[in-house]
Amino acid sequence: MSMLHTVNKSPFENSTVLSCISLCSKNSSILFIEDAVISVMKSTKFTDVINNSLKDFKIYALKPDLEARGLSLDNVIEGVKVVGYEEFVDLTTEHDSVQSWL
Amino acid sequence: MSEQAIIKKFMYVNRKSPYGTIYALESLEVVLITAAFDQDVSLVFTDDGVYQLMKNQNTEGIGMKNFSATYSALGDYEVKKVYIDKESLEERGLSLSDLQELVWEDEDEDYAEKSLINLVSRSELSEIMNNQDVVLSF
Repeated sequence: MSMLHTVNKSPFENSTVLSCISLCSKNSSILFIEDAVISVMKSTKFTDVINNSLKDFKIYALKPDLEARGLSLDNVIEGVKVVGYEEFVDLTTEHDSVQSWL
Repeated sequence: MSEQAIIKKFMYVNRKSPYGTIYALESLEVVLITAAFDQDVSLVFTDDGVYQLMKNQNTEGIGMKNFSATYSALGDYEVKKVYIDKESLEERGLSLSDLQELVWEDEDEDYAEKSLINLVSRSELSEIMNNQDVVLSF
């Protein structure tokens, strides 16, 4: 079974991003949306965690949320895929289920 | 008897990223209102609050109003004390060059533009916070 995890809170604000990563299984994916897109930026204190996670599962970040916050696509960690709303829909259908973290 | 205007020191502490919650916008509105009442206003950006001042915000994709340009009105409202937490920038891999410039015009010096932004350490911020009459958290 594959699961799409979505997270919408900043990793600096609470531990949801880290909990999600620790509970995500290998054939699953994580999509960061809203304030959680901060997680995929280079040179933050979470960059190493994301880099290590990329060995185990796919990580996506929603482009409109990066753009809204002035976060440059050039500074997104390599290996993280930046997607739009249409690909968000595709991801939900490609996985068996979706877990929306609060 | 003449009425003496009461001026208090108000500090607004911004700790959240814009758009994910309404706090950033609400804070900005309250700050401008307080400043219009000739109060002594300080504005702090710490933790994820530093993202509020990021350059190149483009909210077309999320269908929300981009209010980042409104911060440039702070100088006109005589809000001249903007403090940015240095450690918060560093742990996010950011520097002042990632943030928009905020200036006020000094009419005593032929309207020279002067920066409102003060980059401060947590210990400096602690001292400034300690000297306020009212601290409001957003």
